[in-house]
Amino acid sequence: MKEQPFIRWDWIADHTDEIWARLLEHVQLTALAVGIGLLISLPLAVLAYRRRVFYPPLTWVTGILYTIPSLALFAILVPYTGATSRTTAEIGLVSYTLLILIRNIVAGLDGVAADVKEAARGMGYSPNQLLLRVEIPLALPAIAAGIRIATVTTIGLVTITALLGQGGLGYFILLGLNRVFTTATMLGAVLSALLAILVDRLLILAEQRLTPWSRARAA
Amino acid sequence: MVESARGMIIASLIGDAFTWLQDPGDAFAGGDISQRIVEHLGMVGISVGAALIPALAAGLAIGHTRRAEFVTVTVANLGRAIPSFAILAFFFPITLKLGLGLSNWPAIIALFFLAIPPILTNAYVGVREVDPDVTEAARGMGMSGWQILRRVELPIAGPLIVAGIRTSAVQVVATATLAALVAGGGLGRFIVDGFALNEYEVVLGGAILVALLAIATEVVFSVIEKVVSPGGLRRKTGFAPVYTDMAQTSEVG
Repeated sequence: MKEQPFIRWDWIADHTDEIWARLLEHVQLTALAVGIGLLISLPLAVLAYRRRVFYPPLTWVTGILYTIPSLALFAILVPYTGATSRTTAEIGLVSYTLLILIRNIVAGLDGVAADVKEAARGMGYSPNQLLLRVEIPLALPAIAAGIRIATVTTIGLVTITALLGQGGLGYFILLGLNRVFTTATMLGAVLSALLAILVDRLLILAEQRLTPWSRARAA
Repeated sequence: MVESARGMIIASLIGDAFTWLQDPGDAFAGGDISQRIVEHLGMVGISVGAALIPALAAGLAIGHTRRAEFVTVTVANLGRAIPSFAILAFFFPITLKLGLGLSNWPAIIALFFLAIPPILTNAYVGVREVDPDVTEAARGMGMSGWQILRRVELPIAGPLIVAGIRTSAVQVVATATLAALVAGGGLGRFIVDGFALNEYEVVLGGAILVALLAIATEVVFSVIEKVVSPGGLRRKTGFAPVYTDMAQTSEVG
């Protein structure tokens, strides 16, 4: 076998279309997982915030889900949802976002000052109005931090879903592994790390736009 | 009809998985269970053990002196951004070139780097968060910087340091499963080989073992964390919001 250079730039130049397509797949898989995760977490977190007894069991269950290694979780799901299905990948990915999101939403709601809530109640806000117009907006920095961490974690995990035939940047890592081709491995690794850093920055910017009042203490 | 037949197959698969766990019998995939558990724990022990030295030394030094603090933030962010699968894949061709062959070494080297960020950040945050009044009082009593670190900062930071090691160990137990993808051993072999040989009860049994091992690691370190908490400082249960990556660096593998 001919000795290959560590990075073959010509190979990368020849595959720009595919790289772009895999990058988009990666973003789609991540966005879907965090979106569904948020839809599940928000009502559960509000429930745990209002009825405290639900909080320990919720963190316990989602904590166990969070601890189960991804490869094992995918393997357990395969007979139910298929070996090369998007469902298998997404169930795994979503289940890892729950702990982070629920924890941060509850902590954010807890952090809303009591006199602010009191004032809103005094103005005649119903519990739901209070939640939507006062508590959630004020909890936004903590919620946004949760979304940020969940998203960055998911971007890393999506690389493993390549094993389930889901594409994404993990496809290149797997390709590089199978053919001992460092160019592909490095491409997948570097792009997913850059994607994570970029998305992290963008979400911080979005958070600052959404909560102009907290700009003063933004880190 | 088809659905219920499928349901029965799945139910019997779980039964088969437990049968296999108790008696591997004539299943080919993966090899000996106890040997794979030892291998798995060996990879985790070596990599986390080796990571403890540089991570704790740097974390404690930076937290105590408050110098080069950017290092911890950078390491934490990189640790989170770079996928563990990518690190593993990255070291495979390198160790192959170094002549280490198809062994556990690419995995161990990769796991070593994965284990560092949570330990480093938690040691740093733990020491940094010690109430300045307390260290001031210690200095007033005539303690040297070294004595303050050993007798004041270290005990107070203890639980957080152990929490960092816990995060790190759980993450490494999970990621060590992926070693099987780069020709390594450990419990991942059952999952990978089971798929290859269509022995699905082995896949499921292996997955159950890995999940249990990760949960057991979490539980063991939670107990240690409680034990090292100084009596007067037992942390209240409940979670603080996670604003930065600091002290909460965790990534599922």
